[in-house]
Amino acid sequence: MNTHTETLRRTPLYAEHVKLGGRIVPFAGYEMPVQYKGITDEHVAVRTRAGMFDVSHMGELLLTGEHAGAVVDYLITSDASKLGDGQAMYTCGCNERGTILDDLLVYRYTATRWMVVCNASNHAKMSEHFRKACEGHCEFRDETFDTALLALQGPKAMDILAKLGGDGPDIAKLPSFGLRGAVLAGATTTVARTGYTGEDGVEIFMPNADAVKVWGAIMEAGKAFGIEPAGLGCRDTLRLEARLSLYGNDIDETTNPLEAGLGWIVKLDKASDFLGKAALQKIKEQGLPRKIVGFEMTGRGIARHGYPLLDMQGKPVGVCTSGSPSPTLGKSIGLGFLPADMTKIGTTFKVDCRGKAVDAVVVKVPFYKRAS
Amino acid sequence: MSHDFPTDRRYTKDHEWARKDGKEILVGVSGFAVEQLGDITLVNLDVKVGDTVTEGKSFGTIESVKTLSDLFAPISGKITRVNADLDQQPELVNEDCYGKAWMIAIEPANPAEFEKLLSHDAYVTHVEASAH
Repeated sequence: MNTHTETLRRTPLYAEHVKLGGRIVPFAGYEMPVQYKGITDEHVAVRTRAGMFDVSHMGELLLTGEHAGAVVDYLITSDASKLGDGQAMYTCGCNERGTILDDLLVYRYTATRWMVVCNASNHAKMSEHFRKACEGHCEFRDETFDTALLALQGPKAMDILAKLGGDGPDIAKLPSFGLRGAVLAGATTTVARTGYTGEDGVEIFMPNADAVKVWGAIMEAGKAFGIEPAGLGCRDTLRLEARLSLYGNDIDETTNPLEAGLGWIVKLDKASDFLGKAALQKIKEQGLPRKIVGFEMTGRGIARHGYPLLDMQGKPVGVCTSGSPSPTLGKSIGLGFLPADMTKIGTTFKVDCRGKAVDAVVVKVPFYKRAS
Repeated sequence: MSHDFPTDRRYTKDHEWARKDGKEILVGVSGFAVEQLGDITLVNLDVKVGDTVTEGKSFGTIESVKTLSDLFAPISGKITRVNADLDQQPELVNEDCYGKAWMIAIEPANPAEFEKLLSHDAYVTHVEASAH
């Protein structure tokens, strides 16, 4: 057992998780439910019905004022000027070396009101990063500890919201990555059509005081649709199948977005300068010696974060960044860095599973894509 | 969290069970281990019939969606049987960890070693202590 010198935080839904039989683990400074019924059951519920996640540990940073948009734009690699009111996008923030400080969701409420959602594990770092950049330009407020965040994900998410009443029935009209204010279960919330599972769904922001009420109302409305509370365990297997990056696993301050398969969120040609741009330009010009690929295990074994990847002669050439059995595909899948000349689909290599070299093959990603 | 550990066998602190079956000792993992691991997705038995195992040394690994754990031999001896069903059906561990999901059978080098393993009651106490 680990000993914790620092006190762990609890989200406003902690008592609900315990009541539902959640197994609580320390995660990024919080006591969070890793699973309730079991990772596989919860994974299947999200893929086929609906699952509800408490992700209140994530960080919410609010930037307001005339220049708020310009500050956000300087700190991210994608083009914030492309966002209209009520739109969100996935992006990342780099340092001056062009490596990743955090991956982020940026929400534009209006031209003068922006929200940045960062990972719990990077919250302190990113809060300070944005606060400093706002100095003298716009207002900054860290709302993390006052804000609860629920993620309702799965093919039945819209049906459940419709049954919930209030503004719920209108959420289905919200486009992908759209956001709006909505009254749900009597609470004033912000709803975004976003998620981290590869399914349709929403993420709902609300003041801490309303979290138990909204959680309870959605769980109740979702009963008829087979909703399940879903923990961090299945959140990880769901995001991996959808090939969504996990900070600390696939990306960190030693990786740049171009090699990490996040080139699509790097806009080197955007009108304004941004932190890390010069470095990323140079990295691009020099070419990438390594890239993240998706792979399947063809031999018997499960790749795990940190396992070495070997060429067919057994020489270590890369590293697994994420790996897990895939409940949807019934296969063992993973992500990892390989030399550029080994990244073509169909390339065979081996994973060093604690001393056992197990066969694997580079495959197309995402591993799972929902039928639209 | 309630457990119904069978009383017809002994246990280790690492949550393996050992049951006398004629001259052999059958080995598997306890319901507490299964509960901690969750959905079992892979059982790797790194031993074959005729191999010798040493008490406290790993004879394989068991993997769930999230984690990997070593399997430790409760006693020293010679492997007489290996449960090949677990190769293709690791879910047997979730379904029947005390029966169909036995893992290996050992012919003990020193039969007294078995008697040194935790009794049912001692194991219950151990689990209660490690659950806190």
